[in-house]
Amino acid sequence: MSVHSTSPDFKKNAARALGDAQLQKALGNVKQGFIDKREKATQKLPEFEALRDSARDIKNHTLQHLDLYLEAYEQKVRASGGHVHFARHAEEARDIILSICKEAGARTVTKGKSMIAEEIGINEHLETHGITPVETDLGEYIIQLRHEMPSHIIAPAVHLNATQVEQDFRRVHTHLDAKRDLSEPVQLLTEARGVLRERFLAADVGITGANFLVAETGTSVIVTNEGNGDLTQILPKTHIVLASIEKLVPTLEDVSQILRVLARSATGQEISVYTTFSTGPRHLGDSDGPENYHVVLLDNGRSAMLGTSFEEMLRCIRCGACMNHCPVYHAVGGHAYGWVYPGPMGAVLTPTLIGIDQAGHLPNASTFCGRCESVCPVKIPLPKLMRHWREREFERHLTPATVRSGLGLWGFFAKRPALYRLATGIAIRAMGFAGRRKGRFQWLPLAGGWTRNRDLPAPQGETFQARWRREHKRRAA
Amino acid sequence: MKQDRARKPRIGLFVTCVVDLMRPSVGFAAVKLLENAGCTVEVPEQTCCGQPTYNSGDRATTRSIAERTITEFRGYDYVVAPSGSCAAMIKAHYPELFADDPNWLPRANELAARTFELTSFLVDVLGVTRVDATFDGAVTYHDSCSGLRELGVRSQPRKLLASVEGLTLVEMEESDVCCGFGGTFAVKYSEISGAIVEAKAKHVVAAGAPTLLAGDLGCLLNMAGKLSRDGEPVRVRHVAEILAGMTDDPPIGVAKEAQRTGKEAAR
Repeated sequence: MSVHSTSPDFKKNAARALGDAQLQKALGNVKQGFIDKREKATQKLPEFEALRDSARDIKNHTLQHLDLYLEAYEQKVRASGGHVHFARHAEEARDIILSICKEAGARTVTKGKSMIAEEIGINEHLETHGITPVETDLGEYIIQLRHEMPSHIIAPAVHLNATQVEQDFRRVHTHLDAKRDLSEPVQLLTEARGVLRERFLAADVGITGANFLVAETGTSVIVTNEGNGDLTQILPKTHIVLASIEKLVPTLEDVSQILRVLARSATGQEISVYTTFSTGPRHLGDSDGPENYHVVLLDNGRSAMLGTSFEEMLRCIRCGACMNHCPVYHAVGGHAYGWVYPGPMGAVLTPTLIGIDQAGHLPNASTFCGRCESVCPVKIPLPKLMRHWREREFERHLTPATVRSGLGLWGFFAKRPALYRLATGIAIRAMGFAGRRKGRFQWLPLAGGWTRNRDLPAPQGETFQARWRREHKRRAA
Repeated sequence: MKQDRARKPRIGLFVTCVVDLMRPSVGFAAVKLLENAGCTVEVPEQTCCGQPTYNSGDRATTRSIAERTITEFRGYDYVVAPSGSCAAMIKAHYPELFADDPNWLPRANELAARTFELTSFLVDVLGVTRVDATFDGAVTYHDSCSGLRELGVRSQPRKLLASVEGLTLVEMEESDVCCGFGGTFAVKYSEISGAIVEAKAKHVVAAGAPTLLAGDLGCLLNMAGKLSRDGEPVRVRHVAEILAGMTDDPPIGVAKEAQRTGKEAAR
């Protein structure tokens, strides 16, 4: 494990989130901000469904030959003058990055938005060693000031409102006039831009993630809306690309295919404002670019997913559509999930990265409504994979004892129709009798989980099968 | 429905355990709809489709339950369930369950191919375009998730509802968003489920129709339970009850007595 997880406390986290009025208000923006825009963008593109198939196929093909594409990519990066470092786990990745930073004599490091950086906890590691990391994506910058994790993979500060951001800016930007007006979001943006501009110029190393790594050319591709990624990778002397191994795609043509579904699925844009390709360090004749170019490729349990049912999860292109459309995410937000990746994709990925014993709640906390799968640009069967986790838990006896015995009882009767008829007949008659006056129960023994939040409608009193057989005997007689 | 009398389709009704136990009238409404459409309906011995164990990770128990269902429902022309969720379990998940079992897979596939959700069977297979029913008033319709996303049930119930004399369908916002039921989820993650159904109830009430319909009793129990807890006078019924014109039984969560005295609207 890399970053501290509160996933085992999912239920507590969720309860806290449900009682947080400010958070609940902010979560309303997720619904309005993303769903309608995606819907409009996809409707304008008749071939969108075909492009989803194509994106899925490209990723599947790459994963089937991942070893070959990784080798090809590595060769191309080296040929273009860059360095490739393979990191088996988070600790190795942190050490590699730290040693590159030390070699560069770095005091400050700017960072473009990267979920892998969150996964390995690079900021804390650099700070421990006297290097100051500066997040340059606005949302990431805000949560860095607050010492929080992102609550969404593409909108890290979506759980906050403008007033909270204003308070943080006033708390941290003490060199600015205390009486300045920050009542408009654009004023917050301008202030952040001003503060970050100086940081960009002072940085010795820039770390970015990658949306794609192209085997054909050794190119890393980032997709951003703020332009901060470009400044992060162009201005400092050293650029480190930090990415996990499943970011590989074979060709530039493949990138252009997948880009067509990425932004539409994520923000409803046809294409993000900046799509930046970088290949190696600055070459002779280039007007800008870093002197040193490093790629740190993180495995962290991913290669072990290859060849298993969880391989499909490695298709994920981190658009966030699954969480944007998830009723559970809408209810509790991203922090409740307790680790780096929230929502349906997190519910599948997190157990592979920190262990199902830690993250056991996540794949269970889903209604299996299937909306995530229906919008996934690479068609990952997220509910099916969550169910696979539940199967693993069941096999390992990690399923809570109460659930297990309840299911065992249900399974026992479901396999024995005669006993089922007898037992349900009696139980339903009793419940029907008890509920005959009100037609519903506000409380029932053993049903507290249900009746805490809603009534339980009373059964009609006789089972369908009993009535059917009774009436048919009469009909036949 | 023009169906050759000699060759009436023989239907095995998969009534679903929730309907069997909680609201048999939905089963009888399904029988009436199928018989009116020219089918013979039989009810073989049955328990549950296996979803609770399947979605809780217990594959072995689910397989024994599924084997029993497959065996009991042999020989029918079609198997019809008044539920998108249970029909999808048989249609979409039984084949997955037996994917590595050459013995059972063909049987699972064969059952899957002739299993349908009620409204989609009526419209897509039998070509029914109208039902003989009247209902005085406005209704709103919730699309249950499995039926909607696994079986493509969306237009079929609406098409049939449009033929009910006197009925107006008022669409609610986000009719295609989950109600928060999710089977055992509703109990295991009660608070989250409660928050999701709260959002759903708001949309139902905002639609302004006095009656809420859906095609899955699990979701209906959840929504009816929330609406009654909040004191909302919305009546809740399974869509089959309206389509079959069988509204003599009180709505979900309303006592017979209350219905007789008209108390249910004022609760």
